[in-house]
Amino acid sequence: MKIRINVAPDIVVTPIIAEVILETRTLLNISQAHIDSTKGEIIADVPNDEFNKIKAALTSRGAKVTVMDKPISRDEDECVECGACVSVCPVKVFTFGEDWSVNLDEGKCIQCGTCIEMCPHGALTLEQ
Amino acid sequence: MVEKSIHEINRRIKDGSVNVVTAEEMVGIVAELGADGAAKEVDVVTTGTFGAMCSSGVWVNLGHSEPPIKMQKVWFNDVEAYTGLAAVDAYIGVTQLSESRGMEYGGAHVIEDLLRGKSVDVHATAYGTDCYPRKQLDTTITLDDINQAVMMNPRNCYQKYNVATNSSNRTLHTYMGALLPDYGNATYSAAGVLSPLSNDPNYETIGTGTRIFLGGAQGYVTGAGTQHDPTNKFGTIMVQGDLKKMNPDYVRAATFPGYGTSLYLGIGIPIPIINERVALATAVSDADISTNILDYATASRARPKLGQVTYEQLKSGTIDINGREVPTSSMSSFKVARKIAGELKDWIKRGEFFVSLPVDRLPTVGVFKPMLQTQETPLVGDIMSGNVVTIKQDASVYEAAKKIIESEFNHLPVVSNNNSLVGIVTSWDISKAVAEDKFDLVEDIMTKDTVKAISGETIDIAAYRLDQNNVSAMPVVDKNDQVIGIITSDDISKLLARRC
Ligand code: SF4
Ligand code: SF4
Repeated sequence: MKIRINVAPDIVVTPIIAEVILETRTLLNISQAHIDSTKGEIIADVPNDEFNKIKAALTSRGAKVTVMDKPISRDEDECVECGACVSVCPVKVFTFGEDWSVNLDEGKCIQCGTCIEMCPHGALTLEQ
Repeated sequence: MVEKSIHEINRRIKDGSVNVVTAEEMVGIVAELGADGAAKEVDVVTTGTFGAMCSSGVWVNLGHSEPPIKMQKVWFNDVEAYTGLAAVDAYIGVTQLSESRGMEYGGAHVIEDLLRGKSVDVHATAYGTDCYPRKQLDTTITLDDINQAVMMNPRNCYQKYNVATNSSNRTLHTYMGALLPDYGNATYSAAGVLSPLSNDPNYETIGTGTRIFLGGAQGYVTGAGTQHDPTNKFGTIMVQGDLKKMNPDYVRAATFPGYGTSLYLGIGIPIPIINERVALATAVSDADISTNILDYATASRARPKLGQVTYEQLKSGTIDINGREVPTSSMSSFKVARKIAGELKDWIKRGEFFVSLPVDRLPTVGVFKPMLQTQETPLVGDIMSGNVVTIKQDASVYEAAKKIIESEFNHLPVVSNNNSLVGIVTSWDISKAVAEDKFDLVEDIMTKDTVKAISGETIDIAAYRLDQNNVSAMPVVDKNDQVIGIITSDDISKLLARRC
């Protein structure tokens, strides 16, 4: 499953992740990492059955863990398959099919919300 | 030389022997049979496009009220329409925004709602005359209740369109969609291989009077569109059709967040293959149509051109801009464009749609001129204050505080040793540093991403930037990033007040 790990700026991110991997002996498959002076945010894939262990290890070190189980959803009645969303998604959730349909692979979604602002037909929403 | 008359083609449509293909299919046919063979073989080539067409709108006639009113102002669901004509005629333009809902609802949405059979609230005001005494009117109507609803669009169907990208460090919200910072994406429009005017670039068959597919119904080209620019291969057309007969699948309201509303409209134009020259033109492919990449970070009508690409490259998903691989997005739907070309093909095959030659040709030369401006637009350099106090980045916070007190300036641009701008420091930054007991160097407490103005840009651009960034002053730099002045929102508002 996909999780988001948020750490406050005064905690140094990289050692935490390394420690957690060592402690839980599970690999965090990191797909996105944004770390700067104001915040650290990491999106990672973790095996479902290891989630609780990983979450506990992360939280005990001051990180916040959110399960990302509410990916982008598309209102098919509103979507005109223009493809405007294709170029803005950082993880390529949208792709053109052979027949120029706009396909959606919501499993990849990291809920960043960028595509919502792009869609001219208000077809995309993220559940709060 | 193959020559076919329009009557001959229409006779074949009538008896069902017509051979119609789409512009996409025609590419291969011409490659195989040559222009000569294809002209003999194929009678009609259909094109299609489905994208945002901002210069669109619908004329409505509401019928007379009792007692009658000569509407001076009118709103449909709170969207104002133009009514500077006879009593109950009004033009609903697609980009007009709702006065209560703003960008989420506009003229395009009123048109789509009407077409979908929804009821729409009408509010009108007037000054009252002997023949039209009424001064106020409120009613609720549907499309069936009004006399005419005629879509009349002054400019649709661009032959091709520029590609938009963004070199700046913030996201731009444009009619070409969201343009991500630092060349994060590039957006394009128009259907390439299926684009109507690209398949008849000499306007031999598309002209005044040409019968077309408009929003799912039969419509007409009424002439060259506004901004028709044939010399630069940016032709446009003006079109007309009956909204009451249209299909909501092809008439879709849109909002570009941060920009406004528009209408996605489906247009398909049949090209009768009257000779080899016309046949050859319809063989145009995505690889043959190229367009310019423009940098929308420059808020000017003369946006810098960053290169040229073909529609084939655009459709591949990424293009190269100065060595970077930039993902592309189409703003118009190629899938729906294809559907339109296919539907038009079916209409013709079934004998429901006959082709026509124009009664007048579109101009094949001419350019789109920029606006004549009779009032000079002042530049930042004209109104900035040259009396600016700067501070070096390696100066102490103490020195900065002293300078602010002595000069009575609230903003000190911070410069490097060669005097180029590296940041800005305000009395607030200094107070904060003092409060936190941080007596470091200026460079440690300054704001680094400085919002700045360039002496050669117009004050309107500077004013917009101040607004967008919510700051009250910006250092002014010359071409070499040397600080030469400061401009404040006060300077600008004084000047604008004088202009009005
Ligand atoms: S931008 Fe919106 S309308 Fe266009 S394909 Fe994506 S979801 Fe559909
Ligand atoms: S929310 Fe972000 S990750 Fe999810 S589909 Fe939209 S752009 Fe992609």
